[in-house]
Amino acid sequence: MKILAVANNTFKEAIRDRILYLLLFFAAVCIGFSRVLALLTVGDEVKIIKDVGLASISLFGALMAILIGTGLVYKEIDKKTIYTLISKPIHRYQFLLGKFLGLVFTLFIMLLLMSIIFLALLFLHTYTIEWAMLVAIFFIFLELCLITAVAIFFSCFSSPILSSIFSIAFYLIGHLSWGFETLLQKMKPGVGKTLGQILYTVLPDLENFNFKTEIVHHLPIPTKFFVYSSFYGIFYTLFVLILSMLVFRKRDFI
Amino acid sequence: MAIALEVKDLHKSFKTGFIPKRKKILEGIFLKVEEGEIFGYLGPNGAGKTTTIKCILGLIFPDKGEIEILGHDYLSLQAKQRIGFLPENPYFYDYLTASEFLRFYAQLFGLDKKEIDKKITGLLSLVRLEDSSDIQLRKFSRGMLQRIGFAQALINDPSLVLLDEPLGGLDPLGRKEIRDIIVRLRDNGKTVFLSSHILQDIEMICDRVAIIVQGQVINQGKLQDLISEKILFTEIILSGIEKKDLEGLGECLAADGGRILLKVFDEKKVNGVLEIIQEHKGKIHSLIPRTETLEDLFVGMVTKQ
Repeated sequence: MKILAVANNTFKEAIRDRILYLLLFFAAVCIGFSRVLALLTVGDEVKIIKDVGLASISLFGALMAILIGTGLVYKEIDKKTIYTLISKPIHRYQFLLGKFLGLVFTLFIMLLLMSIIFLALLFLHTYTIEWAMLVAIFFIFLELCLITAVAIFFSCFSSPILSSIFSIAFYLIGHLSWGFETLLQKMKPGVGKTLGQILYTVLPDLENFNFKTEIVHHLPIPTKFFVYSSFYGIFYTLFVLILSMLVFRKRDFI
Repeated sequence: MAIALEVKDLHKSFKTGFIPKRKKILEGIFLKVEEGEIFGYLGPNGAGKTTTIKCILGLIFPDKGEIEILGHDYLSLQAKQRIGFLPENPYFYDYLTASEFLRFYAQLFGLDKKEIDKKITGLLSLVRLEDSSDIQLRKFSRGMLQRIGFAQALINDPSLVLLDEPLGGLDPLGRKEIRDIIVRLRDNGKTVFLSSHILQDIEMICDRVAIIVQGQVINQGKLQDLISEKILFTEIILSGIEKKDLEGLGECLAADGGRILLKVFDEKKVNGVLEIIQEHKGKIHSLIPRTETLEDLFVGMVTKQ
């Protein structure tokens, strides 16, 4: 109940943020632009629309999570609204979870709007609603949940600008770390490989949530990949949230 | 009388500077606030008043010391369930309307919807904001924010209310309104812990006070015990008499428009002044014996420290 009250208040705050609508507008423009790109491309037009559309949803969703998430906790401390909140019978972890859920719900609504625009554009070309796209969007949502947790984690101890830089770095590393795996396969066994493996385990691999190519090209995806990616998303998010709670638990609000 | 708030040997320091250095803010605070009283916590700026309150509320963690609120550990939810808090310069969620704002805080106390609606109506009328319930807080004036802040502090019908500089930045009318609410709270059996540096207000409403200077409580007790009842001097405003006739009786501070303001330090000389006035058929406009005020006590102690 208390967590939901904070989540509801966070949703009210986030939904009034102008950045959200600016990003939503650009996301819509990019999804629409996929139609122009499709016209310029030789080959399957629909695949281009799907590719660019899903990539736009993923990118702008991540930007929304980072730009709003990094300010959420910091603003409460900076504006001193946290004084009255923490003096009420609420645990600090409940406050953080409320913030997280509030933003996740906001992102869900934004994702829903972007998906409607995307599916409507697709419908104009194929005259069918491509429900399979929702699978890719579901994994984008899981990725956004993780990025939100990371943004909130950084927001617990650093300013919004610094938190945004850290979170964007997390996003980029997460999408490039798969290259590290290829490198490891080519390395000879030894200390270097072991250290590399440890680093690869610690670094996030956000490509686990990327099913765009398979869905767009109708490639078969074994169920174990879905299960693995879902668990990866859930546990990584929980891990980052627990880390945030530990940082937040003993923080002085000066 | 039961104890509403007890603070024992509270220490707090902060690290400051690029090369962190420890700065001591609180150096062994002891406080005892009894149930049903208005307790004034006085001190100059930077003495540690707000830091003490933040420790009590669990916003910052003390280095050392014990805090007990209404018999519970200060960090427990049972303690927080029974306290209300109004911060200095209230900052609130300015995108919420007054009633949305109160509803949010009420939900944190687990109140049901019917109860919440009843509380919101009652509190908005207590702080005279019933006509502004649908206005966003960003459009509120300073005084209105202070009043809605008061309402959120009372949303759970608390037994102990902590107020950090509740009268700061308000006009005289606003200060009177807040003072009246504080006194009404005490009359309803609540305990009020109030920090301030506006001494006149504290003197008017507080039952007991503690004075904090440089992180230490240097005096604590009932107002009448702290302030001596001895007359320091008597101020007399009179007319119809020449200034030279009063020589040797007191200090003549002003003599404008035929009126003389005379400050008489020796109590015995007051009768002498009255006799002269009678003799010369003069007129007394006012005669005020000045006893020690809280301000005198406060200034004396802070200077000594």
